Amino acid sequence: MSEVKIRSGNELVVEGAIAAGCKIFGGYPITPSSEIAEGMARELPKVDGLFIQMEDELAAMGAVIGASLGGKKVLTATSGPGFSLKQENLGVAMIAEVPVVIVNVMRGGPSTGLPTRGAQGDVMQARWGTHGDHPVIALAPAFPEEVFTTTIEAFNLAEKYMTPVILLLDEIVGHSHEPVELPKEGEYEIINRKYPDKVEDLAIYKREMGEPPLRPDFFMGYPIHVESLEHSDQGYPNTVPENVEVQQKRRLLKIENHKNEIIKYKTHFTDDAELVIFAFGSMARSALEAIKLLREEGIKVGLFQPITIWPFPEEQLKDVVKDRDTLVVELNWGQLIYEVERVLKDNKVHSLLKMTGMAITPNEIIDKIKEIKNA
Amino acid sequence: MLDYEKYLRYRTFPVPWCPGCGIGMIFKAVAMTFSKLEWEPNDIAVVSGIGCSGRLSTYFNTNSLHTTHGRALTFATGVKLSNPDKHVVVFSGDGDALAIGGNHFIHACRRNLNMKMVVINNNIYGMTGGQVSPTTPTGFISTTTPYGNTEPHFNTVELAKAAGATYVARETVNRPRQLLKVLEKAFKHTGFAVVEVISNCHINLGRRNKLKHPIPMLDWINQQTIPIAKAKDMSEDELELKYVVGEFVHRHRPDYFEVYENKVVKKAKGE
Repeated sequence: MSEVKIRSGNELVVEGAIAAGCKIFGGYPITPSSEIAEGMARELPKVDGLFIQMEDELAAMGAVIGASLGGKKVLTATSGPGFSLKQENLGVAMIAEVPVVIVNVMRGGPSTGLPTRGAQGDVMQARWGTHGDHPVIALAPAFPEEVFTTTIEAFNLAEKYMTPVILLLDEIVGHSHEPVELPKEGEYEIINRKYPDKVEDLAIYKREMGEPPLRPDFFMGYPIHVESLEHSDQGYPNTVPENVEVQQKRRLLKIENHKNEIIKYKTHFTDDAELVIFAFGSMARSALEAIKLLREEGIKVGLFQPITIWPFPEEQLKDVVKDRDTLVVELNWGQLIYEVERVLKDNKVHSLLKMTGMAITPNEIIDKIKEIKNA
Repeated sequence: MLDYEKYLRYRTFPVPWCPGCGIGMIFKAVAMTFSKLEWEPNDIAVVSGIGCSGRLSTYFNTNSLHTTHGRALTFATGVKLSNPDKHVVVFSGDGDALAIGGNHFIHACRRNLNMKMVVINNNIYGMTGGQVSPTTPTGFISTTTPYGNTEPHFNTVELAKAAGATYVARETVNRPRQLLKVLEKAFKHTGFAVVEVISNCHINLGRRNKLKHPIPMLDWINQQTIPIAKAKDMSEDELELKYVVGEFVHRHRPDYFEVYENKVVKKAKGE
């Protein structure tokens, strides 16, 4: 550990990305994510990287995919409206299996909504925003150091599984300036994509079922083809049903089969808790504060804090909560609660759901817990 | 005779274009240009969007990327940024470059990355069955203008010029020798180069406009074609619906990387 710095979540994304080896950022300004673009514009030229502000959000997404195929680690950052615009090209990264990291600093929606106010309304869009069946990894850090390490983790997962990774911050996490001690180089793992032994092997997508492709980058020695159409093992357009099934399933299973390695979560005070709160991002912070205050009054509540939102930590949540009651706290009118209810279908699942442009405060959570307790 | 066959990805053949389509001729002209310039297949990335022109990337035995409708330039920008010393060639149709991807087109011209763009303008959305495009001549019948196109058409060359492209030329599929000449100049140019090639879609444009066979359609393109020298003496009205061909812009402006290295990297590193 090194010295204590004061950093916002958005600034920590920049430091995490540089630490992970990100060399190209393609972006478009949008509140409340712009500090990420600003930071990358400042830092990338110092590390032989390149920052480009593209003409729109779609272009930013296209540019980072192209740069990743050229062999670089890449980042783009946006917020709700921009995330909507990125969805079509996000699908390219999924079907063509291209590692990219996309930050969405969530603000109140829909549409232009509440640009400067925090929300957690894009968790389902992160899962299903682009059309068709597709694998997704989405991460949602809550605490300052976690933002830094989860950003590095996003790059690691993208490179390891050859897939886009969505980093979901919310405006509160992105804009809160807090003291933080960051791990030093060497104290965190950096994963780089793997290449095939022979670059002449044209079957760039031929792998065991559920494994990511081993593909050379462009210009690596043997010309490859990369497709937005469904494709064969060689990457050429292909509509043969048997092949389509294999390609679709392999892409879905490369995440599904490895979900227990991918999923990260934290528990706080869950061992002796009578009730377990489910909350992520800024709402995990509110919940933790509430839990500490409740414990001073002798009310034992715990917190399950998923860092990996997608794939959803089904088994992990079940294991932690067991048969206890749960309270889902989300800064939206109900999104991840549907997953919690599905996983904990035999438990009592309470909810505190709100999106008014203001955070759900620890006091509101305390009142809700007392209401549940006294019911 | 140029050995251009090493640029063809035979294992993905046959090509999907209709018999008599002009795209095949443009395909060959670009492969011949690669050969003439002795670019290695592995040093080239061909990037394309969606539509008949979009399918081109699959058939080049180079690094190749088939992307989304209108967005080829954005992906190509990323490829170029990651490998500034490699050759990046973009194919777009008229729908790709001037409708859904118009924003990317003007900003690529402005940005002046050292990339090459071939706009294949067949004046129609061919692959989807013949809907009107931004370059469909006024009055022409398409499936979405059953009473005739009422909108004015875009002029690709004027747009590229105004947006700052540093090399701009137009040719037609009727003039293969001249096309080879401008492709070579464009590909040798340092900066963003645009070559528009007027092509024939007798199937989905011609057949609804009394030009349903390739020869009459190519003849019609010929009748509309005016060499740039001759066009200088003609009025705007006389040039309406004409394809003025030749080289329009060939100017030097520092390319994106030259500026980035000199103006950004040095300052950032405090050199």
